[in-house]
Amino acid sequence: MIVALLAQGTPLTETGLWIANTFFYLIAFVAVGAALKMVTTSNVVHAALYLLVVLSAVAATYVILGAEFAAVTQVLVYLGAVMVLLLFGVMLTRAKIGAEDDLDHEQRWIGGLVAVGMLAVMGYSLLEAYGSTQLPADMQPQRVGPISDEIFSTYIVPFEALSVLLLAALIGAVVVARRD
Amino acid sequence: MFLNQFLLFAAVLFCIGIYGVLARKNGVLVLMSIELILNSVNINLVAFGAYNQDLAGQVFALFIIAVAAAEVGVGLAIVLLIYRNRRSIDVAKANLLKG
Repeated sequence: MIVALLAQGTPLTETGLWIANTFFYLIAFVAVGAALKMVTTSNVVHAALYLLVVLSAVAATYVILGAEFAAVTQVLVYLGAVMVLLLFGVMLTRAKIGAEDDLDHEQRWIGGLVAVGMLAVMGYSLLEAYGSTQLPADMQPQRVGPISDEIFSTYIVPFEALSVLLLAALIGAVVVARRD
Repeated sequence: MFLNQFLLFAAVLFCIGIYGVLARKNGVLVLMSIELILNSVNINLVAFGAYNQDLAGQVFALFIIAVAAAEVGVGLAIVLLIYRNRRSIDVAKANLLKG
């Protein structure tokens, strides 16, 4: 996809596909490793930084899939705003600097069991349903213009509902966290 | 590129997020795991959007990003309120409603 972007929308060549696949597996490997570290590390700030790695990897996956606008929004909203908010949450709740030993439940193996069971079921059904489905070879990057047209015509009602939801969440957060 | 490589990647991230929500006691860490779950769903939406060459996938991924931003704002406000009232954000200790 990256190559297709450089070649302005011509179908991917063999080398291009190979490069995109290599990039994808590299990114997926890093993301899964960082996510595993995030849920097992004993330092809250390190968990936030590992989450940063995972979110960047997801943005890179969007680029491989040709969804540039979603990738840029991911970087702006998640890496910019949500990360800062989470780090403020860590600071305001006075998390200990350094490792803490009671971040996990004692019965966390049940959580592991649930996660592995879900992965088995989801993996089996995905392999069953989309076993060898290929992405279209002439996959085009989805440009910003058509997306904005779509949002402001077909999806105008969910968009407006989302605006009201954001306003309500903003006011709600201020009211809940207010000191009085 | 197979469609499945993206879907399986998303499924792995989703299950790691589920484990984080279930195993962590710190409220902020639970919120971080929820962000992971929402992101994995977004990968699915964008992948199917690319597969169908349809903009709907990306549009709804953007909607989910906005909803997630609202969710983390309200969630952190609640965590801060719990911290202020109980001097701890251990979700295992927030058991006032337990019979």
